[in-house]
Amino acid sequence: MKFKTFFWFVGPSVFMMLLFIAAPLVSVFIQSFQVTQPIMQQIEVETCTPGFLTQTCTTEVKTVPVIDEVTGKTQTTTEWVGLQSYRNVLQMDKVWAALGSGNWGDILQIDFWKALRFTLSFTLFTLPLVIGVGLLIALAVNNAARSLRGPVIFISLLPFIITPVIGSLSIYWLFVGDGILTATLERWTGQDIAMFAQSWTIEMLMYFYRVWHVAPFAFVIFYAGLQTVNMDTLESAIIDGANRFERLRYVIVPHLMPLIIFIALIHLMDCYRVFEEIVGFRSQAHVISLQWLTFDFLTPDDAGNRAISRASASAMLTMIGIVVLLVLPLRRTWRDHKGGAH
Amino acid sequence: MYLKKLALAGVVSLMGTSAFAACAYENDVPLKSLSAGFEAWKAVTDAMAECGNFQAELDQEFRTKQPAAFEANPSLYHIGGVSNGTVTPLLNAGTIRPLDDLVAKYGQNLSPNQLIKVDGKTMAIAMMVNTQHLMYREDIFADLGIATPTSWDEVFAAAEKIKAAGVVDHAIGATMKSGWNLAQEFVNMYPGFGGAFFNADNTTAVNSDAGVKALETMAKTLAYTDPEVLVSDSTYVQQQFQQGKIAMSNLWASRAGAMNDENESSVVGKVKMAAAPIAMDGGAPATTLWWDGIVIAANITDEEADAAFRLAMEGLDEEMVKANNEAAIWLVKGYEPGPLAAGAIATATATPSAPPYPSTTQMGLLHTALGNELPAFLTGDRDAAATLVAVEEAYTTSAKEAGVLE
Repeated sequence: MKFKTFFWFVGPSVFMMLLFIAAPLVSVFIQSFQVTQPIMQQIEVETCTPGFLTQTCTTEVKTVPVIDEVTGKTQTTTEWVGLQSYRNVLQMDKVWAALGSGNWGDILQIDFWKALRFTLSFTLFTLPLVIGVGLLIALAVNNAARSLRGPVIFISLLPFIITPVIGSLSIYWLFVGDGILTATLERWTGQDIAMFAQSWTIEMLMYFYRVWHVAPFAFVIFYAGLQTVNMDTLESAIIDGANRFERLRYVIVPHLMPLIIFIALIHLMDCYRVFEEIVGFRSQAHVISLQWLTFDFLTPDDAGNRAISRASASAMLTMIGIVVLLVLPLRRTWRDHKGGAH
Repeated sequence: MYLKKLALAGVVSLMGTSAFAACAYENDVPLKSLSAGFEAWKAVTDAMAECGNFQAELDQEFRTKQPAAFEANPSLYHIGGVSNGTVTPLLNAGTIRPLDDLVAKYGQNLSPNQLIKVDGKTMAIAMMVNTQHLMYREDIFADLGIATPTSWDEVFAAAEKIKAAGVVDHAIGATMKSGWNLAQEFVNMYPGFGGAFFNADNTTAVNSDAGVKALETMAKTLAYTDPEVLVSDSTYVQQQFQQGKIAMSNLWASRAGAMNDENESSVVGKVKMAAAPIAMDGGAPATTLWWDGIVIAANITDEEADAAFRLAMEGLDEEMVKANNEAAIWLVKGYEPGPLAAGAIATATATPSAPPYPSTTQMGLLHTALGNELPAFLTGDRDAAATLVAVEEAYTTSAKEAGVLE
């Protein structure tokens, strides 16, 4: 392809990526080393608030921001603080203390490490399940009678269409308190069931929800891949006496390997950013994720404070985490790619 | 500009043709408001809308939108609905205007109690008070011969009897959803034990005896609540009440009206209100007092501010209160306290009285720190002392970042 043609095809996409991904990333990177704060002053203020019948007035010293007389906006200062925000998020001093004293559990009391623990186990537990379940559905559909395939594909794709927040909220409503499913289970077992009272049940529900939601994606990809399996190889395997499992193990799976890696890559990236489940399941008391931690830093409190610097640091750490996770599968793809070229 | 004027003229002429019977005058300045979405705000904004040319936005997430929307020039909203918690960022940024001249012009019906004064200047007009107080099922208490609890010890004694009798699923309901709600429970309990939130140098003082006692009392309630209490917010507790699943709760006064809503509630007329229980002998009721009211944006023209305030006064008039008497504990003239208001009034007039929720920057930071660190204590992952240390550290980190601490 001529360079000019190539440029006009790729140009808009590169421009959008620079504008909407690279530029914000650079600004977040810079902000993670800065702290912007209002200049505060202490003044004595008399405040009167209503009781039911009379007012109570109190005079107290309040810390309030200085307002610029010209612009009418709060005066702020921006300082370079080096790695301070990262230190505030990671709290390494506490981590070393916990490791030194042997109370490893204490590490999980720190928000970042608590979030990292959950995010990693969420990502790594659901990965094999998504690939396994996706492959199973694909094989089942592939072997189903032709007349059944359409409806089966339609039904198995449904979970993937649902908006994640809505999906997780539905699961929450089904299981919380006297939700339909909890009430039914309670009637069957005669026991009081509280799915949202301890962290392990919440985590199980989250894994279940994510696998249910993403498996159709894996299924579609695998199903497409199954259509291209070389029938000659498969038939010769049958003549060689390979049973169903051996054909799967030695013919089909190797053929699908690039697709498996593709799905693993997408799934790792998606899962490391787990967020909807935390909000939908209201699980903040028990489990939090890295993405939720960033969101929490960014949410202003009633007095309007937001921890932008820590949010930036936490976002950068999340990105580093994704890169580390993706290195292994990407290296493999790269090797295969180079091998294929020769 | 020309087009805009033309459109405006069109709208105004249209307005002129329709009659607004319920409103004393016709509003000809387009106005917008942003407030919380509960029943009282619906009543007030509906009354304002009767004058025409008014668009109300009722949004429970208003607190995250309001500071930025009012900082825009011109401001995106003319009228803001605030409480003593959420007025802080507006006051700090100077995005709301003093109302004294407008009060002199249109505020004949306001009582002095309604004027929220900061340094002698009226910055907001309060319309109602709100507080978390004891709501209980009178029928159950009468059946079991339990007197109305006045202290948390009596609450636990009553809960023990109710639990033993097994008449409801859970004896106590609590708004302990992790985050803002859970932190508010501590903010209620802690001053009840005589605790102060801050030292003179803006460091926090929650890591104290009173803090430990407050946490222990909160932990005691867990024995009588739903095991999923860490996901239950005010609406959830309200529904538990309405469905007859709990027998008492320290719940918001603004939720009282829902108990007698025949469309939703199976316990109409059975829920009574009492003062918030005290935490220690001779202490104040373990709760905080809140007000809700209106503010007017600074970044709008004086004409718009004039029209906005006039409209707000129309919304906060006697007529509106008479039509919506049960929707809130109104501060507006014409309000007749019914049985639903008894608990809130008893709480607000108790001696020593419960403190108002402090509207300061530090309190916002501390509230967040509490909301994030307390769940670990209630799930049993951490003891009370370690939790308070964690709260202190979390507050210090964010206070330094916000410039409140050196």
